[in-house]
Amino acid sequence: MSIIAISIIILGIIGILAAVVLFFVAKRFHVYENPNIALVEEILPGANCGACGYSGCHAFAETCAEASSLEGLSCPGAGQEGMQQIASLLGLVPGEVVRKTAIVACNGTCAHRKTFNHYDGVRSCAIEAAYYGGETPCVYGCLGCGDCVAVCPHDAIHIDEQTRIPVVDIEKCVGCGKCVAECPHDIIELAEISPDKPIVWVACRNHDKGALALKECDVACIGCGKCKRVCPSEAVDLSTFLAHIDPAKCIGCGKCVADCPRKSILYLGNLKTQESL
Amino acid sequence: MKTFRKGGIHPAADKLTADAPITDVTPTSLIRLMLSQSIGAPAKCIVKPGDTVAPGQMIAEAAGFVSAPVHSPVAGTVKRIESVRNPKGLWQESVVIEIDSDASQQQPSHPRSEKEMNDLSPADIIKEVGEAGIVGLGGATFPTRVKLSVPDGKKADFILLNGAECEPFLTCDDALMRESPEEILKGTLLLMKATSAPKAIVGIEENKPQAIKAMRSAASAYPEISIVVLRKKYPQGSEKQLIEALTGRKVPPGALPIDVGAIVDNVATAFAVWEAIALRRPLTHRIVTVTGPSLTNGGNFRAPFGIPFSDLIEVAGGLPEDTGKVISGGPMMGQAAADLSAPTTKGTGGILILPESMSERKEAGPCIRCANCVSACPMGLEPYLLMLQAQNSLWADTKEHNAMACLECGCCSYICPAHRPLLDYIKLAKAHIRRDKL
Repeated sequence: MSIIAISIIILGIIGILAAVVLFFVAKRFHVYENPNIALVEEILPGANCGACGYSGCHAFAETCAEASSLEGLSCPGAGQEGMQQIASLLGLVPGEVVRKTAIVACNGTCAHRKTFNHYDGVRSCAIEAAYYGGETPCVYGCLGCGDCVAVCPHDAIHIDEQTRIPVVDIEKCVGCGKCVAECPHDIIELAEISPDKPIVWVACRNHDKGALALKECDVACIGCGKCKRVCPSEAVDLSTFLAHIDPAKCIGCGKCVADCPRKSILYLGNLKTQESL
Repeated sequence: MKTFRKGGIHPAADKLTADAPITDVTPTSLIRLMLSQSIGAPAKCIVKPGDTVAPGQMIAEAAGFVSAPVHSPVAGTVKRIESVRNPKGLWQESVVIEIDSDASQQQPSHPRSEKEMNDLSPADIIKEVGEAGIVGLGGATFPTRVKLSVPDGKKADFILLNGAECEPFLTCDDALMRESPEEILKGTLLLMKATSAPKAIVGIEENKPQAIKAMRSAASAYPEISIVVLRKKYPQGSEKQLIEALTGRKVPPGALPIDVGAIVDNVATAFAVWEAIALRRPLTHRIVTVTGPSLTNGGNFRAPFGIPFSDLIEVAGGLPEDTGKVISGGPMMGQAAADLSAPTTKGTGGILILPESMSERKEAGPCIRCANCVSACPMGLEPYLLMLQAQNSLWADTKEHNAMACLECGCCSYICPAHRPLLDYIKLAKAHIRRDKL
């Protein structure tokens, strides 16, 4: 018999023996996993962004598959439609998906803030912030190296070539908050998207006194308090020369946007007109 | 010749101003004194706008144990107290003083007699050093009073005087040792008296022959002070490395020099201590090396604190056209200055003007695992690993691998053949460890 035939036979026997052993081992050590977990996970975006509050898509799918109600469970990435699919798969009623988006609280574009030095170090906001105040007079604003862009799992934030300020694509943004955690100057925050109310925010983080802020950036909040005075719902909080709008109290009337002498307040969506108030 | 054992590099010395004498610089119209000029709490301002101040008058008092007062170097009027940009571009509370051109700008000088000097107790010396606002003039600006207060149960065997000046380009300590060796040694005797240290050793690197000669001839009168010539190696001026080079003792991680019986002070600090005690003159001036390959008139200048960088550069021949970077400090540990109108502080030992060709960063390549950074690190760290961990935000791991022991000397970034920004990431890791209190 040729050596080839012997090899085939011996390997064949080993193969059959191994198959038998593996069959029994697989039976003995079988772990039951809810088949729904895999099905739910297929519907999820798979970005592991953490917007749902769980450590990743698998952990969220596990929770959904085991849950008796989907109340409070929502994946903004999959959206209302995706959650509906998951609900019908599991025979449950979907909870309401709260959509959030990142907003950038700095509008210090190249036109608004003059650069007075040039940073040629590592292209990382975290490192630049650890070294010094940045290329512009404002030491609170966007550094423009794009740490937020690098960390975004949904490709939803990009640095605008012209302005050097990050712009959020609200179609893509699911509000996972990764950029919020990454920004060393804390200029990104999350805001709820709701159909009947625009997002109104102070696009500034400058805590310097008015006279200094005035010199540093054309659209820096100087803490004059005009927004606080015109606000009908007491949503504006003024601390250390910087206004902040409480989204829970804001009714989206837009009075502060119109009255801000520094044009520091931005909005997203349609402001309610004076008449409808 | 002695040196430390582990790591270190040999950058070109480039001591362009090595022969330049110390020249006095008088400020033009305004000086701006930052309240935070040392490590620790910023000083508390004790003057108000409109007050007239005399040279050497205290304008801000120490605000805590680790804090140092600030004195006016000039006679003039306090114009205002306002935020001023420091070289990093950050705002710092400062006292702006307009110089009175009619008043006498004579520095205070009330010499103590020999008997008065002998009658001073160690506690008196430490107290006066604190009141004179003396901080470590090697660059770390740690209040000297705190360093001299030897904790109970510890004993100082040596005062080690740092005349290594291992940073390339800088020559301020060299110039001071050449011109005032006697005063430095008398200051050293005061430091020894304050700490009851029986011996003092001055370490000077071999590339300063004139300073070595001057210090040796002055030291012949003081048997308790010895002058030791060190082999040139960076970072020899770092505290732990200098202790090892001069005494052979090693400071364990997390321990202080006093734990091995050593107190390290810069030669300029010893000089300041002599001025404060013997002349009752507080710290208001220091020697600043203004240098650079394209600078026409670089030199060593005795300048008051609070003078703008731009004024000093003007005295040294003006900003050359090919300037790429202006660095506050030396090329290894200094930081690029963002704003040239910023005033100098107690820690400003040098202003280095690098031409564009020398200041550009080379593009970083991938790590080739050559471990040059590991051999160069004087603290025995693994910079390549720390950088990788920092890039992946593994802050707890960087702590575990002793990122906090990093001196930030820059040997790793200097030696890396792939030009990787190792130190930038280690500094980031340290900032995170400090912030998160890991």
